[in-house]
Amino acid sequence: MKINLWGVRGSIPTTGPDTSFYGGQTSCTLVSEGDTSIVLDAGSGIQRFNGIDITDLKRVDVLLTHLHMDHIQGLGFFKPFFVPGLEVHIWGPASTTHNLRSRLGRYLSPPLFPVLLRDLPCKLKLHEIGNSEFTIGNFKIKSEYVIHPGPTLGFRLQGQNSSFTYIPDHEPALGRNGMIPDAKWISGFNIASSADILYHDGQYSVEEYNSKKGWGHSSLDDVMLFAASAKVKRLLIAHHDPSHSDSQLGKMFAAIKRNNTYKFSFEMAKEGMELDLP
Amino acid sequence: MPAYEIEIILNRQLAECLSIPVFITDTIGNLIFYNEPAEDLLGKSFNETGEVPVEVWSTIFEPMDESSKRIPPEDLPLVKTLKECYPYHKTFWIKSLRGKIEKISLTSYPIIARENKFLGAVAIFWKAKDE
Repeated sequence: MKINLWGVRGSIPTTGPDTSFYGGQTSCTLVSEGDTSIVLDAGSGIQRFNGIDITDLKRVDVLLTHLHMDHIQGLGFFKPFFVPGLEVHIWGPASTTHNLRSRLGRYLSPPLFPVLLRDLPCKLKLHEIGNSEFTIGNFKIKSEYVIHPGPTLGFRLQGQNSSFTYIPDHEPALGRNGMIPDAKWISGFNIASSADILYHDGQYSVEEYNSKKGWGHSSLDDVMLFAASAKVKRLLIAHHDPSHSDSQLGKMFAAIKRNNTYKFSFEMAKEGMELDLP
Repeated sequence: MPAYEIEIILNRQLAECLSIPVFITDTIGNLIFYNEPAEDLLGKSFNETGEVPVEVWSTIFEPMDESSKRIPPEDLPLVKTLKECYPYHKTFWIKSLRGKIEKISLTSYPIIARENKFLGAVAIFWKAKDE
């Protein structure tokens, strides 16, 4: 399994000299195994897909955790949308009110975007998912609702020999006393449990989180606790706050490294990172 | 055991922030969580008891009507909610663990998840208004 991180920033693209090390593009990750490639989220990082030669591509799948702007803003510029006849499958969270097509259409329609969803030349197929299990090519995928404002999913992709869990926006510690120290009561636990790699929200410092409870994101301490509870092998901390420069992120990482007592390996997700799993 | 679905987890997170007694059950009525104010009614903390099977906790309160007649389980709001997936409210009397007869109101509602899946129920105890 190969994992390419194309966008690891949260909330809004934040490219510039102060963020060039960790990167400023919003959520997008490509996961591949054999001849199957899956795009996770369609933030501004999806631009990198447009550099791939798709001449022989028959089908592309995009899994959306949720429809907040930083996870869909790249969709309008996703090259496969404009390839006549190419099968494009978008998988996104079901809502109790509007269907996926109408919710995506709020962005992919004037005045926000000049092209209507229905006018795209590709063969677009939309799939509404919730607590679901499905297969795409070589991957068995589990999706599960997690705590974040609005319907939001986390994904676990199981390849032939390894697993990758992707929960870029998640606040498992929401509540008066933070995360409940019992696996049964931890949002996202089922899909993160024993993952080879967990890619997880760690947007805030502990101090920042105290004034942003309920915003849907995790503090660095909470993501470490979550990863430890789920007994993951490796953690990638992501969804970096747009106000955090490379230098701040470096200091935050140094601080958790200094105080670390956990056994799993962890690092800050960095745009352009490529990871290989057996 | 797998983790509860987030609709259950969020109900617990809310219950932990409230000053009124809140009980959360699974679909058959097993008590899977109660908050600190509810500990006064049960006489034990959730840390001590953990989850409580339906047959144990449903007999604790001795619900009665105004003429001290025992109310059958099928007329209690939570039992009706579990059976019909519908909210109910009722005012009645219970014998607390301190032996005191207390007039209370109970509101119960079903937890129906995004996918219309019934996950359990919540029972909230209120001190009856005229007390």
